[in-house]
Amino acid sequence: MSQIHPEMHERRILGTELLWSFGVGIFVAASLSMILFTAFTISVNPPSNVERIDPKTLHLSGEFAEHNLGTTVGSDGSVTVRAIATQFMFLPRCIAVPANRRVTLRFASPDVIHGLLITGTNVNTMVVPGFVSQVHTEFTRTGDLLMPCHEYCGLGHSEMWANVQVVAQDEFKPGPDGRISCAQR
Amino acid sequence: MRNAERLCLAHFWVAFGAFLFACAIGTWQMWVRSPLGANVGTPGQYFMSVTAHGVSMAYVLTTFFIMGFGYFVAVTALDRALPGKLWAWAAYWVALLGVVLTVIPIATGQASVLFTFYPPLTASVWFYIGLVLVVVASWVWCLLMLVAMTEWKRENPGRPVPLAMFATVANAVMWLWTTVGVAVELVFQVIPAAMGLVQTIDVGLARTLFSWTLHAIVYFWLIPAYIAFYTMAPRAAGGRLYSDTMGRLTFILFLIYSLPVGMHHLLMDPEHGNATKFIQVLLTAFVAVPTLLTIFTITASFEIAGRLRGGRGIFGWIAALPWERPMVLATGLSFFMLGFGGFGGIINMGYGMNAMVHNTSWVTAHFHLIFGGSVVIMYFAIAYAIWPRLTGREYQSLAPLRLQLWLWFIGMMVMTLPWHWLGLQGQWRRVANFNYADPIIAAWGPWVIVSFAGGIILLASAVLFVANLAALHRGPALGVVRPLYALAVHPPLRVPAALNGFALWNVLVLVLMVAAYGYPIAQFLIDPSPGAIVHRVR
Repeated sequence: MSQIHPEMHERRILGTELLWSFGVGIFVAASLSMILFTAFTISVNPPSNVERIDPKTLHLSGEFAEHNLGTTVGSDGSVTVRAIATQFMFLPRCIAVPANRRVTLRFASPDVIHGLLITGTNVNTMVVPGFVSQVHTEFTRTGDLLMPCHEYCGLGHSEMWANVQVVAQDEFKPGPDGRISCAQR
Repeated sequence: MRNAERLCLAHFWVAFGAFLFACAIGTWQMWVRSPLGANVGTPGQYFMSVTAHGVSMAYVLTTFFIMGFGYFVAVTALDRALPGKLWAWAAYWVALLGVVLTVIPIATGQASVLFTFYPPLTASVWFYIGLVLVVVASWVWCLLMLVAMTEWKRENPGRPVPLAMFATVANAVMWLWTTVGVAVELVFQVIPAAMGLVQTIDVGLARTLFSWTLHAIVYFWLIPAYIAFYTMAPRAAGGRLYSDTMGRLTFILFLIYSLPVGMHHLLMDPEHGNATKFIQVLLTAFVAVPTLLTIFTITASFEIAGRLRGGRGIFGWIAALPWERPMVLATGLSFFMLGFGGFGGIINMGYGMNAMVHNTSWVTAHFHLIFGGSVVIMYFAIAYAIWPRLTGREYQSLAPLRLQLWLWFIGMMVMTLPWHWLGLQGQWRRVANFNYADPIIAAWGPWVIVSFAGGIILLASAVLFVANLAALHRGPALGVVRPLYALAVHPPLRVPAALNGFALWNVLVLVLMVAAYGYPIAQFLIDPSPGAIVHRVR
């Protein structure tokens, strides 16, 4: 290479590389800024409440005892859903929630790792024994949705799902104890 | 390279044998999941198959291929005999014993826990012991790579380590760090549980330790593809590597940023807070950097080749490239898939956006496209490039090689693009059979069938790949041995010590790992979370 092409001089190569790296830097900075922006302005955060619960005893008493499961409307109007994910079902098997209202979903597992998503929404969390998983959301459309277990939990995993009934605000009528279950169809 | 050839071939044939088997059962799984195969097979058979597919592809194909390729690079790039050849053979047999020990419980249905374990589910203890043996054998390989480089440096003071070997050792060093997480999980948590010594497992800790390994392991699989991009593809295209320094930086960045990022697999987990998750998302964004640098450097190297071959204009050099050569074709197809897969990866990384895709078919599509597509197609290209040297034989025609690469590319696109779409619709992972009577699921049916068609194309390609390699063993004797490794436009005469070894970078890895994983792991030791009762799958 007695005569080096002008584009192939070492300084020229370094120059193009630095220019490209600058572009890469801007791209990375822009992606991270978007994540930070959405986290701080509209609270787009992953489910991370780090709340412990003993999987061996959670069904015996307290929040996840049988009579507390399902949808509850508090005296302040807050809607909370509590469900157990266990081999190979969700308890309860159907969950009623109001449309266009903030809902808090809380899950726990007494046995192995589970997970769930609700189709057509951004509800998605792992359910890890030892911890309570909590998701805040607002369902925007009425209708029936699927809530399958999305993490391998044993040979019956494929049969594990629940239904979610999203009902209009005026049809969402909890009983005197603040509790509401799915309508029979 | 006498003799080392047998060592390399022994590794490669185990890798590709496992690969072919895994392709076949993977295609079967897609049939069972589709509306066409409803009611075929039992969940027991399905999850046995998923476990075997994952173990074969993720542990056997990769580890054996990478070890065999490492030995090849150590001998050819350094141009000296392999040190510790007996150790290398011993490691091979230990790894093979490990595979046998792992396969038996899988085949008898005593290890259907998938390749990612999911404690408190526990399999037969032999499943884990077999995998530990494979890892121990790979550690021997790591040490042999380090010894080979150190001895070469002693014999060639001041000279830069050839890029292919530098990258191979970067991978070996990274792998030593990577395996610590899963080794601690298996030895201190899962194996005692499988042996019945303990009755409960701290699941949060187990998931955290596994996440330590879970992302970097993917880069362990990927680095051979990048070695081919930097050191083989520019030569095959008839050009030169645009920048040797950029190559070294890329592999150093992989070593640093593959490790402290695994928690992005746990974004939807309840055992970690937002702050620790965000730190690792931040570091994850940086791991895009080496890939973006590579795309620039390799495209520039190809442009040099295209222009040397008479290509003109802004895009004319692309048409002038020798696409009939398998290495060049595979690199082009790999980049194409890397574009799609990388875009998907940036979605996955997105902290909050991850909720849209976590544990859906989107993720399955992502890693099949990135690993099965961009990386494995380069495994093919590497095998095609070095097989003539290993066997001393020559291809009669390159046409079946090109056909095989095209089939793999088409199959991968037909399989994974519908999966991405289905994932966005909410189709979840790891299901033996879908209830197509449900209206939501019924609408997915046609796309599931399309992806199954992609799976059949992939299986055809896998069969052709193994047939191509097998045929070469009976091909005509090799005439001219062409040089394999590319020269840089400006071959380095001397490089700074930091770009010729890993001491400094190991310190940086340690600092980053303490920052990223220090508290997340320490929280379980300071205040253990309530244990979950061990569940045996058999």
